[in-house]
Amino acid sequence: MNPLERYEPLVDDAAAFRAACDRPLPSVVRVNQMAASPARVREAFDEEGVAHEPVGWHDGLFRLPDGNPGGNWPYVHGWTHGQEEVSVLPGLALDPQPGERVWDACAAPGSKTTQIADAMDDEGTVVANDNNLGRLSALRHNAERLGITNAIVTNQDARNFSTKPLAFDEFDRALVDAPCSCEGTCRKNPDVVDQWTLDHVHAVAGIQKGILARAVQATRPGGTVVYSTCTFAPEENEAVLDHVLGEEACEIVDSDLPVDTVPGVTEWDGETYDESVTRAQRVYPHHNDTGGFFCAKLRVGGEDEESAGEAGDGEVAA
Amino acid sequence: MTDDAPTNDGQRFDRLPETPDDREVEGRASRREVLDWFEERFGIEPDVFEGYSFWEKGAGKVWIFNGEATDPSEVEAIGMTLLRTRQEHWKPTSRAATRFGHRATTGVIELNPEQASRFVAGEDQALPAWDGDWGYLIATHEVAGERAPIGAGLYLYDELRSVVPKGSRADLPVVE
Repeated sequence: MNPLERYEPLVDDAAAFRAACDRPLPSVVRVNQMAASPARVREAFDEEGVAHEPVGWHDGLFRLPDGNPGGNWPYVHGWTHGQEEVSVLPGLALDPQPGERVWDACAAPGSKTTQIADAMDDEGTVVANDNNLGRLSALRHNAERLGITNAIVTNQDARNFSTKPLAFDEFDRALVDAPCSCEGTCRKNPDVVDQWTLDHVHAVAGIQKGILARAVQATRPGGTVVYSTCTFAPEENEAVLDHVLGEEACEIVDSDLPVDTVPGVTEWDGETYDESVTRAQRVYPHHNDTGGFFCAKLRVGGEDEESAGEAGDGEVAA
Repeated sequence: MTDDAPTNDGQRFDRLPETPDDREVEGRASRREVLDWFEERFGIEPDVFEGYSFWEKGAGKVWIFNGEATDPSEVEAIGMTLLRTRQEHWKPTSRAATRFGHRATTGVIELNPEQASRFVAGEDQALPAWDGDWGYLIATHEVAGERAPIGAGLYLYDELRSVVPKGSRADLPVVE
């Protein structure tokens, strides 16, 4: 079964959805703005004869119609990073600030970690975690290439992540860009459609719930957690949010993404979800000519103790 | 076995001592020596590194970090690799040359477009015109109207050796 068929009832125009999923995606690079401005990158591309096109909703992205995002001088200088357009969205929703403590729970290969560090102007601490040691080497390579100096890399199961190796025991913000069924990346990697199984959906949903719950626990009251996937499966998206809303003190808040999105769904396959999942955003390939994506922004419950002077007391979680 | 003298533990990150007098682990570079080395070798002012901390893991590999960390830290990585110490000639990493090289005022070799392409491809090349010191240099070229560091090179006997790591080498066009 082609899993994309499964989601046709959710979209406004099934034919356009399927047609977009069949088109390959152009190469896109994100400018590492702590190293170079978009204007300088554009000038360097022009000098070198690298074809480039702007991305209307983000001035730090360039489409490279001839591909080969790593084969040019701006890349070698650490001024750019190959990153699919929609992959930039969770970092925008997270909106990390210089000096903060930020957790990237499923960080490899580091596209979002390096985007977070760039948004923080390389100041503060971003803890980039992944349970896959092999993929961490790709993350390390990318972080070094882009000149990131404010990242700590850890190799833990995010579901029971311990802050013990860190100098603090809670984060200001956390990103859970969860492992998922990835049908949203079918324009880049058509194999994901052939490898899809419902069993995997259910198995990975359990992992996603565990990671998101831990991220809420590890973030300070009033802090922000962003949950994102590149799957269309409600089991891995709204159902995960619904579960964590019931288990942990948090609420879904609006996030203002600069692309056309549709609200999260409250019913799927006989299940119903909390009404607030409609604040989550679904990104379909035919709406913005991108990959598929899902993104939700959560505010961690409890009194906002920001700047109450508790920062840096160095206590370690039990 | 007991040994009262602290030793270098290759499995964790330890913060560099402030000065040689503060040194407890034999052979470990101090922060002051690292700052002095960058100032002497490349003219990079110590205040460029204010706010950054320096750490050692493994035999002489020094990392630079701009966040909060425990000392010691048992994590996979902390910031980025900066420098190889515990050898006669300290060696800056190519990434450090790229990250901080724009602050260098000496020990910088400017390459023309053809030389820059050969350098980033990992080639050694004869450059007898260099009249500065031998040893590790920061190789730069001009991109979009400004100088941009490419990486670290080793200059010996009229020849510039590229020490850009294999995984970072690239065949790039000569941009005139």
